[in-house]
Amino acid sequence: MSALQTDVGDIERLSEKDRERLALTGLEVGMQNRCGSFFQIDQNVIQTTCGAEGIEMIPIKAALEKYDWVKDYYWNAVPRDKDKYTQYLAKQENPQGLVVIAHEGVKVEMPLQACLFLRDEPVQHVHNLFIAREGSEINIISGCASSWQKERGAHIGVTEIYVGKGARVTSTMIHNWSPGISVFPRSATVIEEDGTFLSNYVCMQPVKKIDMYPTARLVGKNAVARFSSIVVATPGSILDLGSRAILDAEKTSAELITRAITTGGTVISRGHILGEKDGTRGHIECKGLILKDGVIHAIPEIEGTLTGTELSHEAAVGKIARNEIEYLMARGLSEEEATATIIRGFLDVKISGLPAVLQEQIDAAIDQAESGF
Amino acid sequence: MLDISDLHVEVGGTEKLHDINLHIGEGETHILMGPNGSGKSTLLKAIMGFGGYTITSGSIVFRGTDITRMPIHERAHLGIGMMFQHPPAISGLKLGKLLAATSHHGNEALEALAQTVNMEKFLTRDTNVGFSGGEIKRSEVLQLKVQQPDFLMLDEPESGVDLENMSLMGKEIANLLEKDVHIVNRRRSGLIITHTGYILDYLEADQGHVMINGQIRCHGNPREILRVVKEKGYGECLRCKQM
Ligand SMILES: Nc1ncnc2c1ncn2[C@@H]1O[C@H](COP(=O)(O)OP(=O)(O)OP(=O)(O)O)[C@@H](O)[C@H]1O
Ligand SMILES: [Mg+2]
Repeated sequence: MSALQTDVGDIERLSEKDRERLALTGLEVGMQNRCGSFFQIDQNVIQTTCGAEGIEMIPIKAALEKYDWVKDYYWNAVPRDKDKYTQYLAKQENPQGLVVIAHEGVKVEMPLQACLFLRDEPVQHVHNLFIAREGSEINIISGCASSWQKERGAHIGVTEIYVGKGARVTSTMIHNWSPGISVFPRSATVIEEDGTFLSNYVCMQPVKKIDMYPTARLVGKNAVARFSSIVVATPGSILDLGSRAILDAEKTSAELITRAITTGGTVISRGHILGEKDGTRGHIECKGLILKDGVIHAIPEIEGTLTGTELSHEAAVGKIARNEIEYLMARGLSEEEATATIIRGFLDVKISGLPAVLQEQIDAAIDQAESGF
Repeated sequence: MLDISDLHVEVGGTEKLHDINLHIGEGETHILMGPNGSGKSTLLKAIMGFGGYTITSGSIVFRGTDITRMPIHERAHLGIGMMFQHPPAISGLKLGKLLAATSHHGNEALEALAQTVNMEKFLTRDTNVGFSGGEIKRSEVLQLKVQQPDFLMLDEPESGVDLENMSLMGKEIANLLEKDVHIVNRRRSGLIITHTGYILDYLEADQGHVMINGQIRCHGNPREILRVVKEKGYGECLRCKQM
């Protein structure tokens, strides 16, 4: 085990309430079921440890010093001048964040965890690089949360993901913010030949605003990308979410799946697939459930530029059908139980290829939120 | 078991059922026939208590309890169960999850029950989504096997079911109705809507009724009613004195 920096004491000093909040995003303080861990509170990296052979987890500054080639990946998929948030980050003299390197052919099913916790400072910024080299396979679970005492703040994060030839990256992000926090993730993925990128995003708790539009560029033949999002907008929350796939090589394919619920907040679910090479396929699916008056605005865009691409989308927004509730009531469930059971099914997007521990994490986040429906 | 008196039911602002009177004793199975659109399913839904089926007058009493205004799930708890003619498809909700949510059975027990009606492969599928006609019926029977109601309402259990599965369904339904128990000790009753009467090949029914234009016109021996309808159509029942 290469413990570059570990101060579990800091984690243990977190209040019980904060530890619970972190647990819901997937943080395993004891590291059961995790083969590596990175933990950043505000701008302080308090833990970087990795026990998996062939996998490195290094704070970004150290990584840039250790390997000359890391700089080729730094501000490559995401341009520095993309918007004011990336510009803000690019200006930082002291960048923080995590670099994960999966060396050639290394396959590890047990997830690595990256935890970002906003506690005392007004703004947390982070720049991550996930580099999966040829033939490697990794699962990363990123949990982002704010302290229960934290009333206002912002989180700005750039994540650049590179999926090498035949590599496979599963990135699961679970958010657990507070009603006064604004969040601006800026992430982009480049996928090479035969590479697979699975992105899962879960946000079931109140937040002021989340604004993100991760992009995957599929640059190698047969590359695959799938984005799945499960979100709930509570009153006062604005979730402006989207994902984009650019099918820039032959026989690449992408799927963007969203399940959105509003209990009074706003969800804008964008999606864009651009098919510009032969044999490409893409599908966008957005289903929205309005439980209490709020907004679900689905904006799926499919754009093809040649005959060899096949793109489709499907969107539906509405309330739970009365006859579905009554059907379950006829089997003995109360109205509330029937409603919860149907919502549960609605959110049950089984994501193929997801390790059981990650699926359990997603299920736990749903269970936690369900009590509020 | 079930006593319906002077029942009037409105759907979408118009009266669909007029002055229904029906008595089903403990252990009895009754057959309900009638032309399409005559109001048979409407009667079952009114007994189950669905919204949109407004009882404007009359009463439904089940085992001595007036259930006329009772919520659906409380009727289910009292022992009323129903096989739907057109159950809703619930996207995302796996049949296995539905069964688990509505019962105290563990997964293994549910799987074993599913096997008895050849539905074990459907437990991981979204409930009724893309199910064929026969599969829907088997899924309904499975749900009822889990629920074990004392009063069973079946809306056209034969329609869309192939011959082989019909014999399976017929036996399962007979079991649900405790047909193997002597009438004196039998506690379960049924009300079965049928157009063809095929279900009578698998179980004995005690009485038959014919509904026409929202009224029950004839009562009698189920096989006799079936024979008359087959030979002379429902016109003959129109001449029945309303009871
Ligand atoms: N929710 C509804 N809204 C409007 N009309 C309805 C509704 N439910 C039933 N009806 C109408 O009430 C009448 C009786 O319908 P019902 O389903 O009870 O007929 P049925 O006797 O079961 O017919 P079938 O043999 O075709 O199943 C029909 O004309 C039907 O269109
Ligand atoms: Mg009917």
